[in-house]
Amino acid sequence: MKLICRYFLKKHVLECKRTSIGDILLRSVATCLPPHADKASLYVHWPYCLKLCSYCNFNKYIPRSQNHAVMTECLQKETETLLQLSQISRISSVFFGGGTPSLAQPSTIAAVLKTVSKHAHVSDDAEVTLEVNPTPSGRASLRDFTLAGVNRFSIGIQSLNDDYLRTLGRDHDSQHALQTVSEARMLCPGRVSVDVMFALPGQSVKSWESELKKLLPVCDDHVSLYQLTLERGTRLFKQVERGELSMPGDDVTAVMYQSAREVLEQAGFLQYEVSNFSKNNAVSQHNLGYWRGQQYIGVGPGAHGRFVPRAVGGDQREARTQALEPDVWIREVQRQGHGTRRRIQLDHHGLLEEVLVMGLRMNEGINQQHWMLFSPEADLYQIFGMSDNIQELQSEGLLILDDRGLRCSWEGLALLDSILPTMLLELEKFLQSRGMIKTRYDNKKLT
Amino acid sequence: MKLKDSLDMSKFPVERIRNFSIIAHIDHGKSTLADRLLEMTGAIATTGNNKQVLDKLQVERERGITVKAQTASLFYQHEGQTYLLNLIDTPGHVDFSYEVSRSISACQGVLLIVDANQGIQAQTVANFYLAFEAQLTIIPVINKIDLKNADPERVEKQIEKVFDIPKEECIRISAKLGTNVDQVLQEVVKRIPPPSARVDEPFKALVFDSTFDHYRGVVASVALFGGCVSRGDKIVSAYLGKTYEVNELGVLRPDEHPTETLYAGQVGYVIAGMKEVKEAQIGDTLYLQKQPVEALLGFKPAKPMVFAGMYPVDQSEYSALHSAVEKLTLNDSSVSVQRDSSLALGAGWRLGFLGLLHMEVFNQRLEQEYNASVIITAPTVPYKAVLSSAKLIKEHGTETITIINPAHFPERSQVTEFLEPMVMGTIIAPDDFTGKIMSLCQSRRGVQKNMFYIDDHRVIMKYIFPLNEIVVDFYDQLKSMSSGYASFDYEDAGYETAELIKIDFLLNGRPVEELTTIVHKERAYSSGKAMCERLQESIPRQMFEIAIQAAVGSKIIARETIKAYRKNVLAKCYGGDITRKMKLLKKQSEGKKKMRRIGNIDVPKDAFINVLKRK
Repeated sequence: MKLICRYFLKKHVLECKRTSIGDILLRSVATCLPPHADKASLYVHWPYCLKLCSYCNFNKYIPRSQNHAVMTECLQKETETLLQLSQISRISSVFFGGGTPSLAQPSTIAAVLKTVSKHAHVSDDAEVTLEVNPTPSGRASLRDFTLAGVNRFSIGIQSLNDDYLRTLGRDHDSQHALQTVSEARMLCPGRVSVDVMFALPGQSVKSWESELKKLLPVCDDHVSLYQLTLERGTRLFKQVERGELSMPGDDVTAVMYQSAREVLEQAGFLQYEVSNFSKNNAVSQHNLGYWRGQQYIGVGPGAHGRFVPRAVGGDQREARTQALEPDVWIREVQRQGHGTRRRIQLDHHGLLEEVLVMGLRMNEGINQQHWMLFSPEADLYQIFGMSDNIQELQSEGLLILDDRGLRCSWEGLALLDSILPTMLLELEKFLQSRGMIKTRYDNKKLT
Repeated sequence: MKLKDSLDMSKFPVERIRNFSIIAHIDHGKSTLADRLLEMTGAIATTGNNKQVLDKLQVERERGITVKAQTASLFYQHEGQTYLLNLIDTPGHVDFSYEVSRSISACQGVLLIVDANQGIQAQTVANFYLAFEAQLTIIPVINKIDLKNADPERVEKQIEKVFDIPKEECIRISAKLGTNVDQVLQEVVKRIPPPSARVDEPFKALVFDSTFDHYRGVVASVALFGGCVSRGDKIVSAYLGKTYEVNELGVLRPDEHPTETLYAGQVGYVIAGMKEVKEAQIGDTLYLQKQPVEALLGFKPAKPMVFAGMYPVDQSEYSALHSAVEKLTLNDSSVSVQRDSSLALGAGWRLGFLGLLHMEVFNQRLEQEYNASVIITAPTVPYKAVLSSAKLIKEHGTETITIINPAHFPERSQVTEFLEPMVMGTIIAPDDFTGKIMSLCQSRRGVQKNMFYIDDHRVIMKYIFPLNEIVVDFYDQLKSMSSGYASFDYEDAGYETAELIKIDFLLNGRPVEELTTIVHKERAYSSGKAMCERLQESIPRQMFEIAIQAAVGSKIIARETIKAYRKNVLAKCYGGDITRKMKLLKKQSEGKKKMRRIGNIDVPKDAFINVLKRK
C-alpha cells in the first residue's frame, strides 16, 4: 500500500513543471493547478433589504439612501479587478444573491453581466440566477431582469402559510408568492426555483406536510428546503428566549425533513444535495460548482470567494472575504479596485477538506476521478479505505465507499454533520502519516 | 550580638506561665474572643478593626473558620505580677481535630466557648471530649450575651447537664463588646495550672506545629517541657537524630518576636536550618546535643478518611498544579497524595483528606492561593478487604488491604469479608426536627446509639454511620430539613463488616473504568440508576443509539438509552460562505480527538466531569 502511494507521488511530482523532485511535497502538489484553473463561477452580493426578517442574521442593511449608480459602478469595478487578479477566462455561472437583489435595478444586473463578458468568456447558456423576493414590485421587475440577462429565478417564498410569513417578518403573503412563481415560470420555464422553510415556530409535522402538498402543483422543477435555524442576535431568537414562540424539537424536525424528502421524491424530484431537489435535471449549476470544489469569485459587500490569484504569481487557492459593510466596501473599491478584507491561503490539506465537506453534501458524493483532480497523490480508498471508523459508518449503512467514489446513503445524508468530523479526522491522519501537513486551516491569515 | 528589642524571657518562670487554647463550635466567637484578648494584653492595638487576627488565610476569613493553629504569647498583669499567657488558637472543626489535639498537648487548659443563643452544638461536644480526655482544665465561657435572644441561663444548664460542669463555673461574656473579657483572663490565671516543667532539667521540647518558609526553611512551633534553649545551641531531632544549630527563636505575639532564650513551660518558635518539611516532624522531640533525653510521646499521624480524585481542568496545567499541591501539602501534611490517572480526565492525583471540610478548604486554598482550577471527583472512603486467596495475600504481603480506588476492588470470591469505615456522628437539634432527622439517619444506614435532651427542647443524638453515607450530601440535607438549626459532627469509629459491591457502568456493552463505584448492597439499585440518569443527561446524542447500563457482575441493574440522532445536517451554505461551516466542523473534529472513545461512542470530557465531579 505504501509503495503504491509513493509511486503515485513520484509520478505526480515528475509531471509538475517548476518543481524539482527534492522540493517539499506539499508545495509541489499545490503548485500544479488543478485543471479548469481558468474557470470559475461568480457570486454577486446585493446587501440591501427593505425590511428585516425576524430570523435573518446575514449581511444585509436597510439603506437610508441608496445610490444605485455608485453600487453599479463598484460592483462592476470589483468584478473587473477580481477577474483580472484571478486570470479567470471562463465564467460558468453567475448568481445574484443578497440581501434582496431583486431590489437592484435591472440595469445594474445588466451592467455587471456586461463587465463579466468583457473580461471573460460567458457561454450563451451559462446559468444566471437572481434571488427574488416575491413582493408585487419584485414580480413587476421580473421581465426586465430577464432582459438584463437573468435566465433563472430563485424565489424566496419561505412558506405558503400567511401566519408563518408574518412570524418570520416577511414583506409578502402567500398570494404574492404564488403570483410571482407563476410569472417567473412563464418567463423562464423550467428554470425557477423556490425556497421553502420548515421547522418554523409552532409548526407541526402535519402542517408542514400539508404545505408541501400545496406547493407541489405550483412549483417549477427546482425546490430548496431550508430548516429555520435560530440565530443569536435575531428578533426571533429573543422571542423564543422570552417564551413567546417555541421551536419544534429535534425529533420533530427530523421527521419533517424525512417526510419532505419522501414527498418530493414521490412527486418526481431527485434530491441531489442535502437541501436541493430537482426535476428534469433542472439542477443549479452555480451551486453544484460550490459543491464540486470549483473556483468562484465573490463580488459585493461580505461576498466570499475561492480562487487562485494567478496575476500576482499565486499558486494556491485563497479563501477571500470582502468588506462586510456596504459603505466601507464602496470606499475600498473606489480606492483600490476591490474590497477584499481577508485572504486566507488554503493549503493542500485545507483544500481537500473543503472538497470533502462540500462534496459529501451531494447525493452523488465525490467520485474517484474528481477527487484525484485535487488529490493526485492518494485516492479515496487509500485515504479512507483502511479506517475502522469509516468501515463502521459503512457497516451502519450511512456511508458508501466504492469504485465510483465516496458518498452518503439516503440515511447518511441526514446525518452528514455527524459524519464529517470523522472524515476530517481520517483525512488529517492520512496526511499526517505522509508528512503532508504543514499548517493548520486557520492560521494562515495574509491580511 | 544581642538583638536590640529582644525580649528577656527569663522574667517568666513556670509559675507565671499559662498555656491554653480556645475551643468552640463554628461561629460561636472564638476568633473574636482571641482578638479581644490580644487587644487587652497589648499584643495588638485596640482599633476596633481587629477581626480574626489569628486567621491569616483567606479561606479562614471567608469561611469564618480556623484551619491552621496559631500561637500568641500575651503579657498579662495580674495582682502586681506579669504573667505569660500563651494562647494556642485551634481549628474549630473536627476535621482538624488532629490540629486541636496537637495544640492541646501544649496546653494545660481550654476556654470552651458556647454561644448564648445557640447553646451547645455538635462541635462543642466533640471539642469538649478532646480536652476532657487530655485531662485539661476546662473553663466554660458563654459568649454573645449581648444578643437579644441570648439565654445564658439555659446554656449554663446545658453545660451542667451535658458536661457535668457546675453552672457557677461559667463566665458570661460578650467578646464583641469586651464585656467580662478581663474576667476570662483572670480565671485563666486562677484556674489553669502552670505547666509542669522545670528549668533545671535538660532542654526538652515538643514540636506541635510547623510551617514552611521558602527563605528560612522550617519554622517549628515548640512547647518547652523542660530546660531552656538559646540561639546558637546545637539541638537534635529525636526522630531523625540529626543535629541542627538554632539560628533564631522567639515568641509569637502573634508576629514573630525573636528572643535570646526560651525557658521551660514557654511556647515559641525555632528556626534551625531545617531545609525540608520532613525534618520537622510534628510530634518530634528536640533536645540539646550534649544532653540527650528520652523522646516525648508523639502524635499518631493523621489518617485520611475521605478520598477524591483531583485533575487539572486543562492538562497543560498539570505541572503548575503539581507544584501548587506540593507547596500546599508542605504546610498540611495530613493530606495524602497519590498519583492517579484517568482515561477521561488525564493525569492527576488521588488525595486523601481528614474530612469533607478539609477537602473543601484544600480545594479553596488551591484556587485562591495558587490560582489553580481543578476538577474534584465525588469523594469516596477507604474500604478494606480481608483476602481469602493465598495468592493475593502473598502479592499484597498482607491479609487486609485498603482500597481507595474502586478500580482496584477485588473479586468477591477472593475475599473473606469487606469492611467499611464507620463514624460516630453527633447531632444536636431542636426536638421539632427529631422525627425527620431520625428518618434521614435511618436512610443513611445510621444506627442510633444514644439520645437525650440537653435542655427543654434540644436533643442530642448519637448515631453510628458508615462514613460513605455522610460524605456527600448528608450535612446539607440535615441543615435544610432543620432550617439550619441542626449541627453535626463526627469522629472516627473504626471499621465494620459490610456487604460491598462494585458497580460497573457500560456504554453499549463496554465498561467504562473511571465510572466504577463501590457501594453498599442496599444502595446498588439507587446509585446505579442515578448514575445512568446523570450519564444520559451528560452525553450528547450521536449517530448511534447509546445504551447506558449499570451492572453488578453480569447482572444489569439499571439502564437508560440515548436515542440516535435522526437528523444532523445544516441546510444551507449561503453565497459560498463555507468558512464558518468549515471552522465549526474543524472544531468538532478537533474536539473529537479529545473525546474518550468507548466502542462507537464519543464521550466528551465535560460529560465525565458532570458525572464524576463533586456536586
